[in-house]
This record gives sequence, C-alpha cells and structure tokens, in this order.
Amino acid sequence: MENKLTSYEKVQLARSPERPDIMEYIDKLFDDFVELHGDRLYRDDPAIVGGICLFHGHPVTVIGHRKGKNTEDNIRFNFGMASPEGYRKARRLMEQAQKFKRPVITFVDTPGAYPGIEAENNGQSNAIAENLAFMSRITVPVITIVTGEGSSGGALALAVSDRVYMLENAVYAILSPEGYASILWKDAKRASEASDLMKLTAQELKEFGLIDGIIPEGRSLMAAIDRMLRRELTELYKLSPKALVQKRYQKFRRMGKAE
Amino acid sequence: MNINELFLQKRKGWNTLLNLRRSGAGNQCECPACHELIDTDRLSEAMYICPSCHHYMSVPPKERIAMVADEGSFHELYGNFRSGNPLSFPGYERKLAEQKKKTGQNEAFVCGTCRIEGKKIAIGVLDGRFLMGSMGSVVGEKVSRLAEHALKRRTPLVIFCASGGARMQEGLFSLMQMAKTSAAVESFKSAGGLYITVLTNPTTGGVSASFATLGDIILAEPDALICFAGPRVIRQTIGQTLPEGFQHAEFLLEHGMIDRIVERRELRRVLERILRIHN
Repeated sequence: MENKLTSYEKVQLARSPERPDIMEYIDKLFDDFVELHGDRLYRDDPAIVGGICLFHGHPVTVIGHRKGKNTEDNIRFNFGMASPEGYRKARRLMEQAQKFKRPVITFVDTPGAYPGIEAENNGQSNAIAENLAFMSRITVPVITIVTGEGSSGGALALAVSDRVYMLENAVYAILSPEGYASILWKDAKRASEASDLMKLTAQELKEFGLIDGIIPEGRSLMAAIDRMLRRELTELYKLSPKALVQKRYQKFRRMGKAE
Repeated sequence: MNINELFLQKRKGWNTLLNLRRSGAGNQCECPACHELIDTDRLSEAMYICPSCHHYMSVPPKERIAMVADEGSFHELYGNFRSGNPLSFPGYERKLAEQKKKTGQNEAFVCGTCRIEGKKIAIGVLDGRFLMGSMGSVVGEKVSRLAEHALKRRTPLVIFCASGGARMQEGLFSLMQMAKTSAAVESFKSAGGLYITVLTNPTTGGVSASFATLGDIILAEPDALICFAGPRVIRQTIGQTLPEGFQHAEFLLEHGMIDRIVERRELRRVLERILRIHN
C-alpha cells in the first residue's frame, strides 16, 4: 500500500491527527515519566514536551514536539511550532541528561519553528543555532525519531543525533511543501508538485544516506520502536563519549559532500 | 553595451545585482533605496554606500575582504568547489551556470586567509548576489572547511553573512548544512578559537539559525535585516502589521541578540581592535 501513495499524500498522512501524539509514544514506550518544564529564562513553551523516565529500567531523557490531537489542543500547543523558549527548554534538558549521563530520545513532529513577532524578538535563530551546536558535542547518545512531519530548522533543532529514524510514512524536509511552492513559484497551491521535487519521504532520504533507518508502521509500531531503541542504545553505549562525539560530527560532516 | 564593455564588467565581477544603466558619462547603477544613479567606478571607493541616502548596498565578497584585509594578503581557499545537483532538481545546473556568469564565482561563499594589521585570520564572505547567498552543500562544506582550517592553524575566524537562508534546490541536504556548519564552528570555538560574525543585509533563515548567530562576538551593519522567518511570512502567519524597525540590526541590539552595530567605514578598525585584544 505504501508504494501507491504520492509524496503529497504522504505529507497529508504524516500530518493526520489519527497518528499517535508524543504523549502516546511516551506512555507506551517508557515508564515513570516525569515531565519537566521551562527554560529558566522566560517561559514554558507547551509546543515542546520534555522529561525524564525509564526505558526498560534505564533512565533516559525524552524531548519532542507536541501538536495535540484536536483543535483546542492544537491551539494550546501552537500546532507543535516551537518558540525560542521551547528550544531552550530542550537544550536545558539535554545539558541535564549529559550531567546525569543518560541518553536522550527525541520525537520530531512539527510544521516548523514558530514565525511570530515574539519568537523573533526572543531570538528564534540563536535558540535553534545553539541547539545545533550543543547537540553536535553532547557526550551522551541521542536518538531521534521523526514520527510525523519534520520541517525546517525547527525539526533539526532536536535532530542532530547519533541516529535519526523515520516512521515509514513520516516526511522530513527543509520546510513545508506549501512554503516551498510559495518561495519557488509564489503559489502555495502547487504543494503537491513541490513534494515530488523535494524528496522528503523516508525511503528517498534513506537512499540519500540522510537518515539511518525506517520504522514500519502498523499494529506493531511501538514494538518496532522499542526494538530499535534497545538495539541502537546498546550499540552507542559501546563507544566512549569522545568517540561518540567524533562519530556524530563525521556523520553530519559527510552530508552534502562537495568539492 | 558592446562586447568589450561586457567583458570589462565581467572582470570587475560585481555589477549585476545593481541595476546597471548606460548614461552619457559611463556606467551607472541605481541605489535600491533612493533610486539615485551612482557612477559604478565610484562605488568601490564609496564602500558601496549610497552617497546620497547612505544606504548600504551589498558588497561583492572580494571587495568586502579588501575593505578589511591588509593589502594583497588574501589567499583564496576552496575556490574551485562546485555544486552538484543532489535532488536532480530541474533547471538547477542552468541556474548555477547563470549565477556563476553573473558573479564570476563558483558559489555563494568566498573564503580563505588574510591578515588584518599583520594578524593572520581565516575569513569568509557570503555573497547575497549568488542565489541570494543561500546555503547549499558547497556553502556548508566551505564554511566547515574554513572552520577546520582555522582550528588547525590556530587563527581567528571571521565570517560575513548575507543570505536568504537554505538553498531550496538541494532540499534536506541544505537543512543538514545547518547541522554541519554549526558543529564545525562549535568545535573550533570549544578548542579556544575566536569566532566573529558580521551580519549584513539580509541574514535570514537557515544561515541566521546556524553559524551566523554562533559568533563569540556578533557584529552587524546598520539597518541590516536579521531574522529567522522573513517579515512576509510572519505577516501572513499572524495577519498583523509588524512593529517599526522589527528585525533590523538596531532592534536586535536592543533585544540583546547582537554585540554591536558597526558602520562599514569603522569595520576594519573594530576588527583590528578585537583581534589585538585576543592576541
């Protein structure tokens, strides 16, 4: 069935409110979740959830975008479009994870970083940039799963990770196809055409080597994520913190080789 | 305009963003702000500042370097890097060829080493004329290599930014350049390197949300537009009029996002001073 979907149908599927929300992943995959709030600078951004919990008895930090599953929640969580406070909360929790030597698992599902007046005033660019920089040198393993729509720097700010996985029907792109079409052709309605050009499906991105793996969807989705996390964490724990950082650096360094 | 003049201009290599016009006296260009006609021969001497309204026009990379570097000290690095077409995006090769012809450069980032007051530095300049200074794989690769070069040689790193953001035609490869360049400058900074960025008009999107805003010291030119999301996108999203001066350098200074605004004529002196203090 998967092969019959066009790229834009995948975009629409990736955005579907029928898909699990981050709270469902946390509930099914981890135990004893304790949500932690705030960036210690200004405010708590509800568009990003973070906290600590146990994964098969081992402590982990979990961070991800929260969209909500109905209109009321969508508005409350700003449709998963995070503000600088959200990215700074994420960084604070990653620094804390590094201190207590626990791995970080991130869940990406966002139409992009929030384009608003307050977000700009509070340094949206710098908040994202600092996350990219910090994630490039964090000394604990980081694994990312793109569960729905991963768009723009707003997605990447949680995804400079040792392993980046995508769900079979998730998409990951430089920005939304609507935004892309509007930049290229000044016509957001050509989003479907844009989706094909953008090469944003998990299958295409795996082929480019920009992601590490694809998780099949369906009834055993949670079991598949659980297996992947156990396998990858076991692998990543074999590396010294220094080797881990070096390998992560090299991994992103190789993307878009040019001479 | 005859063939010889065209060649002469190509050698000069900077004129195309400016709307060139032919007048009796010689080539003139129009100031994008006040539409005054300026003799192109005078632009370089005027540091690309409009003599009539003081608007800061965009500066071709090599002229920008000449403005701050000791005379004849610049050595270009990675000048021959060229973009591929990773997504097989229709028309991208043709577009790149046009930009190359227009600017006389292979890509939107020119970099190398130079000296300022005798002190050796690694320097890079984004070219807003080349596909809006957008960051694709080559720009990302050159920024990263320059940071690695500066790390190896233990020299300070200075990058002038001017960019519309990520390069659309390279899709997710472009997004990954944000991670790559941020990691490279971060690794340089962690090792004790001094990293200075100068944000010029415009510094936006994927460039402002990566290496541009990671400077140990962030300088900006007056009135430069510096933002993540552009004013048009924000207006469309929130449907409100934007505050006066929103996203301009003075506004960012007030909000604590940059260290200083520096007049173009003062840039060399300020860089000299910062470098001297870090000696």
